[in-house]
Amino acid sequence: MSDPTRIRAQLGTDGRTTVRILMSHEMESGQRKEANGRLVPAWHIQLVTVKLNDRPVLSAHWGPSVSKNPFLQFNLRGAKPGDRVAVAWTDNRGTSRSDEALVAG
Amino acid sequence: MAPLLAQTAVAQTPYPAGAFDARSAADAFRALGLGVPVTSRDVLLQAPDIAENGGSVRITGGTALSGVRRVLLLVDRNPAVLSAVFEPSESVEPVFTLQVKMAQSATVHAVVLMQDGRLLASTKDVRVTLGGCGA
Repeated sequence: MSDPTRIRAQLGTDGRTTVRILMSHEMESGQRKEANGRLVPAWHIQLVTVKLNDRPVLSAHWGPSVSKNPFLQFNLRGAKPGDRVAVAWTDNRGTSRSDEALVAG
Repeated sequence: MAPLLAQTAVAQTPYPAGAFDARSAADAFRALGLGVPVTSRDVLLQAPDIAENGGSVRITGGTALSGVRRVLLLVDRNPAVLSAVFEPSESVEPVFTLQVKMAQSATVHAVVLMQDGRLLASTKDVRVTLGGCGA
């Protein structure tokens, strides 16, 4: 069972909500070799989706070169305090998880 | 019941494995069905001049223009050059900060695909003192 995604969504005075996301995932690129010389197979997030109050607002496809425990940040328009921001990911093994936070303001 | 994933085109299109296997920026664009990007001052790209840990380099790419379909981030001397493809709705400003791995000193690209088909880009050279793809 993966660790939760940490999400902070902060509404600023300019009306934009800054969303900061920290996912918990090993993000193996498939390039790394163990001490015995064997390649560690690729294991990384491929799909990321973000919803605002159940409405999809962002999707992304990620490759093997995104960092371990990836940090992602962007700004939302038109969000209000109390709105729900849900962040979901799916990796190349088919594992998914979704976490949610409320917009603070 | 599994959570319903977002209904945007990126969420519905199959994972573009060919594009993420591409070993050059040109191959990645071709695999995504895109042409050659034009350098544009409307594309913003922030990345450090020197990255001390290639395993985690924070880059910011995108644009203040409206009518954006996709934002792409690439690192041109990585084994897998394409790092990420973002598809924002109108509710999301098309500027993204992401931590990526850099195998070695390389040129980072931020590429924006506009609704009208224009492909705009900005690049920056980043020097890496400790590489991060195989470490």
